[in-house]
Amino acid sequence: MTVAHTLEARSLSVGYQDREVLRGLDLRIPPGRITAIVGANACGKSTLLRSMSRLLAPRAGQVLLDGKAVHRTPAKQLARTLGLLPQSPVAPEGITVADLVGRGRHPHQGVLTRWRTEDDEAVAAALEATGSVELADRDVDELSGGQRQRVWIAMALAQQTELLLLDEPTTFLDVSHQVEVLDLLTDLNRARGTTIVMVLHDLNLAARYADHLIALADGAVHAAGAPAEVLDAGLVEAVFGLRSTVIADPVSGSPLMLPIGRHHSG
Amino acid sequence: MTTVPVGTASDAAAERLRRPTRVRLLWFAASLAALALIVAASVAIGSRDVPLPAIVAALGGGGDGLDAAAVQTRVPRTVLALVVGAALGVSGAVMQGVTRNPLADPGILGINQGASLAIVAGIATVGLTSATQYAWVAIAGAAVSAVVVYTIGSLGRGGATPLKLALAGAATTAVFSSFITAIVLPRNDINSVVRSWEIGGVGGARWDVLTQVAPFLVVGLLLSLGSARALNSLALGDDLAAGLGERVALARITAALGAVMLCGAATAAAGPIAFVGLVVPHLCRLLVGVDHRWLLPYSAVVGAALLAASDVLGRIVARPAELDVGIVTAVVGAPVFIAIVRRRKVREL
Repeated sequence: MTVAHTLEARSLSVGYQDREVLRGLDLRIPPGRITAIVGANACGKSTLLRSMSRLLAPRAGQVLLDGKAVHRTPAKQLARTLGLLPQSPVAPEGITVADLVGRGRHPHQGVLTRWRTEDDEAVAAALEATGSVELADRDVDELSGGQRQRVWIAMALAQQTELLLLDEPTTFLDVSHQVEVLDLLTDLNRARGTTIVMVLHDLNLAARYADHLIALADGAVHAAGAPAEVLDAGLVEAVFGLRSTVIADPVSGSPLMLPIGRHHSG
Repeated sequence: MTTVPVGTASDAAAERLRRPTRVRLLWFAASLAALALIVAASVAIGSRDVPLPAIVAALGGGGDGLDAAAVQTRVPRTVLALVVGAALGVSGAVMQGVTRNPLADPGILGINQGASLAIVAGIATVGLTSATQYAWVAIAGAAVSAVVVYTIGSLGRGGATPLKLALAGAATTAVFSSFITAIVLPRNDINSVVRSWEIGGVGGARWDVLTQVAPFLVVGLLLSLGSARALNSLALGDDLAAGLGERVALARITAALGAVMLCGAATAAAGPIAFVGLVVPHLCRLLVGVDHRWLLPYSAVVGAALLAASDVLGRIVARPAELDVGIVTAVVGAPVFIAIVRRRKVREL
């Protein structure tokens, strides 16, 4: 891959109307790695992703891509470097898979430029990478949840960005499809060096698949680093307000969090 | 674990992607052929049927006097029907795309009625006469009512849902209609002018009217067609559209302006005509799918065909009199509207 892009937030404050969601947050996304953002509900994970991709303007501080403020970067130019897949996107009724994936080419096209061979190739490559070539002329409506998520990821791939931000790419998927999606993202990261930043609900899958874990609490970064270094019972208590014990995952060796509730604890 | 292939894709995948284009071109050719037949019928059929040889003779400047006279009024009439139908078809497709609402249509959303009210008010107060004046006023009225209906439809929880927008449009249409009646009733002097414009449909077509509204239609069409790819992005939702580098608000306003100019100018030329903008895009989606780069040109061709065909039908069913084209499209369009609403889910486009 070409030069690795750096993405960072500096004293970033973002809010909606009278509510401040992010308060002077600082973070750095390691280039070429997989980063997972975890945290309790409503701690600002989605807000962080949305402000990093220019959808929300900061009240203070800034998001820097290669040292340049994303909010002063033209939208299309940014969209050629950084892609975003929002949480549970809704496809237009009756759209085919190929058509949907093709819409990822938008930032590469001008008002008058025609659809080119390289667009076709990007779409075909994205379909192949996600194992959805067979689905190309199917209606998105007919697909299963797992297939549909693969197709959305294919759309993000057709955008051919070196940074890919995903908001809960595994929501509403059963566990086998969750693993399938995370494996797919790992493939992309390893084969193309794509920097991946994803918000994940499942702390244990985040710990297994991420190289870098960012735990948010109260609109700021509570801890960041390799999962094995940052994920312990203290972090879970501080971020989720939950007692737990953390052991080594017998499958991967990454930290595995086992919650301790009021019942069934020994 | 499979690894990801990098670089060019296989020919099989590329071939799979190319196939829809051929189907779409085929359908386009088919609808152009249908359009040509309808145009021929529109010039031939009427209170006095003109056989094809006589049409050719009349177009060449000769032929029997009565045949030539019939052809001379039917040619501009046909052209007007085509132009207005195309404008309404594209306008409906763009409105459905901008609002992500399958029920959007310049008639249902009350935008045509807003244009009508503006024209009628203009006739009553400052005595509008030319088609250019009609067009300016109609576009202003259409724009204002688009903003009003969208604002009303967006109030409350859940934003501008399809049904709320349709209800806001219906209410606005009712209010505007009564305003129009209130303006016209006490004014015997303008009654005939308003009536001849309002129910004139395409029957009273004149070349000078056509040339006066043409600039508005051209600008509206260019804005609409230029928005095709933006509409494709907007269809994915605002977040994704923005993530793809689309300036969402600007794209919406540009596309909406194009749609409003088209339906405003069409209303100025032929009076309010409902349902074409609703039915045509749905029909075209069945043929070519949801890609606006195909959908918009298709909607133009099919809209032109539908309105011209409705006009011919109106001349046949009520012979030797004529049924206004707006009435025919309503009869054709209302069942389609009901069918769309009754579908399992009225989802966002």
